[in-house]
Amino acid sequence: MEKAILALEDGHFFYGYSFSSTRSKEVGGEVIFNTSMTGYQEILTDPSYKGQIVVMTPSEIGNYGVNSEDVESDRVQVNGFVVKDISSIASNWRAEKRLQEYLTENDVIGIFGVDTRALVRILRDYGVMKGYIGIGDVSPEEAVRKARDVPDISELNLVKEVSKPEVYKWTEGSWVHGIGFRKIENPKYRVAVLDYGVKKDILRLLADREMELTCFPYNTTAEEIIDFNPDGIFLSNGPGDPEILHFQIEQVKKLIHTDIPVFGICLGHQILSWAIGGRTYKLEFGHHGGNHPVKNLRTGKVEITAQNHNYATDPKTLPEDVEITHINLNDNTIEGIKLKNKPVFSIQHHPEAAPGPHDSHYIFDEFRDLIQSFKGK
Amino acid sequence: MAKRTDINKILLIGSGPIIIGQAAEFDYSGTQGAKALKEEGYEVILVNSNPATIMTDPEIADKTYIEPLTTKILEKIIQKERPDALLPTLGGQTSLNLAIGLYEKGILDKYNVKMIGANYEAIKKAEDRELFKQAMEKIGLKMPKSAVVKTMAEAVEIMDWIGFPVIIRPSFTLGGTGGSIAYNADEFISKVKSGLEASPISEVLLEESVIGWKEFEMEVMRDKNDNCVIICSIENFDPMGVHTGDSITIAPAMTLTDKEYQMLRDYSIAVIREIGVETGGSNVQFSQNPETGEFYVIEMNPRVSRSSALASKATGFPIAKIAAKLAVGYTLDELPNDITKETPASFEPTIDYIVTKIPRFDFAKFPEADQTLTTMMKSVGEVMAIGRTFKESFQKALRSLELGKYGFYAKLENASDEEIKEKIIRPTPERVWYIAEAFRRGYTIDEVHQMSHIDKWFLNQIKEIIDLEKEIASKTLGTIDADLLEKAKQWGFSDRELARLLKTSEEKIREKRIDVSYKVVDTCAAEFKAFTPYYYSSYESLVGKVEEDGSIKLYRDSEN
Repeated sequence: MEKAILALEDGHFFYGYSFSSTRSKEVGGEVIFNTSMTGYQEILTDPSYKGQIVVMTPSEIGNYGVNSEDVESDRVQVNGFVVKDISSIASNWRAEKRLQEYLTENDVIGIFGVDTRALVRILRDYGVMKGYIGIGDVSPEEAVRKARDVPDISELNLVKEVSKPEVYKWTEGSWVHGIGFRKIENPKYRVAVLDYGVKKDILRLLADREMELTCFPYNTTAEEIIDFNPDGIFLSNGPGDPEILHFQIEQVKKLIHTDIPVFGICLGHQILSWAIGGRTYKLEFGHHGGNHPVKNLRTGKVEITAQNHNYATDPKTLPEDVEITHINLNDNTIEGIKLKNKPVFSIQHHPEAAPGPHDSHYIFDEFRDLIQSFKGK
Repeated sequence: MAKRTDINKILLIGSGPIIIGQAAEFDYSGTQGAKALKEEGYEVILVNSNPATIMTDPEIADKTYIEPLTTKILEKIIQKERPDALLPTLGGQTSLNLAIGLYEKGILDKYNVKMIGANYEAIKKAEDRELFKQAMEKIGLKMPKSAVVKTMAEAVEIMDWIGFPVIIRPSFTLGGTGGSIAYNADEFISKVKSGLEASPISEVLLEESVIGWKEFEMEVMRDKNDNCVIICSIENFDPMGVHTGDSITIAPAMTLTDKEYQMLRDYSIAVIREIGVETGGSNVQFSQNPETGEFYVIEMNPRVSRSSALASKATGFPIAKIAAKLAVGYTLDELPNDITKETPASFEPTIDYIVTKIPRFDFAKFPEADQTLTTMMKSVGEVMAIGRTFKESFQKALRSLELGKYGFYAKLENASDEEIKEKIIRPTPERVWYIAEAFRRGYTIDEVHQMSHIDKWFLNQIKEIIDLEKEIASKTLGTIDADLLEKAKQWGFSDRELARLLKTSEEKIREKRIDVSYKVVDTCAAEFKAFTPYYYSSYESLVGKVEEDGSIKLYRDSEN
């Protein structure tokens, strides 16, 4: 347990202690906060957090340890992890090890003892910032200077780092208590997934709905996808700024001109927004948590949703043939769109949750129904 | 805005005299409800027999009747006032039982009074054990093996099928009055007998024991558009076997993974829908097998409950107030979050601190009473404390009890090992201090867990406090370093405890220790600005800023 310092580019710094032991004693990244009260392991392994230092607002973390089931990818993805208090033991019937060992094995810096609430108040008031964590004797001046030297997240091609380089199949369904992950037999629909850093629970929920999933790397061309002859195309979540993904935006432009149903989540939604002629902008401090109210404008019902995004689609830039289907009731930002004349729609938040509430699982049913109605046309 | 215009006058029933199981919390919820309804322009008629309540203050309701809480008297008031609606869910079990009585006697129909919030069918479904069990089966949720009996003969017939220990719960009683646990056939006979006597309808539920399982509660709300939100999760420190009202409880739940938490969330929403509470809040209790993770539903309160008061204060979300507004037709997205103003009430509070509730008992006045904590509630009140760490929150709660204890020290040096073990195995109000003493004597977490079945996460927290206590006691005011003293404050050690351990005075400790920070309860973990100054104290680590001129500012963040 060494002393640690976390510095922000605006000059603020915070003291704490490290709780993992890593080869490198420092890391930089974009500092964001997450308000989910459960699910730190899913958050740690979510590829969308690549390039970011994640601050948890719930104050006791690590209580239930980690296990081999609650993972959204094959490794810890965050650049750094910041908490108020870390449990010295793991207590849960599924716990396999402590969070300390888990981060150490993944060589990811975790620090505790930080006044996370003070940190969140600064990020809320001044917006998301670049930050730096140093372990050991690092002066505030040096830490702040290094925070300022961290490259801007918009300059990094993070999708390239988290997308799997090969084509792969996915057949595992959702986790059920007493059973484990369901095995999906005889799927009905052939679905191509563009893997920009896809979360496993998205794949699981698609698989539950009788989809045979083939995942393609982030740099796959539209022609390759069309040649695969899918019944549906899924655009995945992923890290970073959508605006720099010119190649991906170009491919999606071609894909939506076929009559194959297309569904996008998070980064997939943002890429689709660009592909249809819209633009995205950076939110002040993003949405990261499991309690955001989203209104389904077609039904008038409110869903409590899991959220993890720093960018949003600008409604003023959307062409006329786009319908806004969902909005966030906290700040009225766009949470879902669909094309009026094409079987194409997307969702900004995370209907798969993991972690978070299950209110939006029905959106996966809508994708299946869309595929069903277009199959064979 | 979708406020109901077909009703103008609303009847509220208070909860009567303070008794164990029904105390000030229902004055709190009733007062909030009455104010919320008046704010919306409804005429509020209130009936309560308890003068020592805020709700009976003249300015709370439009008309207040100080009368006995019986269906006869209520009929007279209804006859005179002709209310359009009765909101029965804010006055505890008393109000709910009276609403059932008024409905069953045909009085509500006769005077055309609508029940709002929860209707008769929903209340019956939640309160009647057999109907509740059927409802849970219908939605695929498990409950402990159980049967309802009305006579001793029926009870004896199913005794072997359920097995021992068995829990005996009389129907329609307050705070589990008359509830008990039988470990053998002899106890079974005598305890079923007193259970049948305690129940107003001479009926008891016999139930498979899940003693030692983990216990959780969920506070759920629903509006007329079927939007459902969870306001708060609560984990009991004391495992199953001790009435929730007598248990130390913690918010939020501490030991659930997201998969488990979301199961409980899904279950709670399924329960409120199936029971049919159309609008308002409910409390659903679950137990969990600590080895397999399996959940059982224990019970559901189709009303604002004792835990709702705690959940409201623990999160900053005023459950009773919102429940009243939902009852007259608003939806959650039409109501603002009181604290943030700019975001709606259709969200789930997230908290960045730990809340501990510890019940307060008054056995000193009844020295002959059995102090063992069982499924029958015995506590007369409770305290709540908030801290940034579990340890801080817990130690603050211990000293808020005003029992002359300022943390985990209770002068138990001379207790025998037998006494220590006995007091850990058999739950009493003093159990936590005996657990602390066991750790002082070198007991392991596993040993204490085997005796108490308390989750190892909680036990480890106490053990760490005792380990730090030992470390501090090895120092003096002169030799203790600033980091250790800071850690002790962040772990909730009182100045008085530190003075005892360092053999000095509280004043000397105060001169040397770090300053207190005040943090805000804001429903959202600081994601949005808070406009209500609702504070708790804490001790925080150092924050700084490198200013543009190169100077360094150091501070501990305080929001007051």
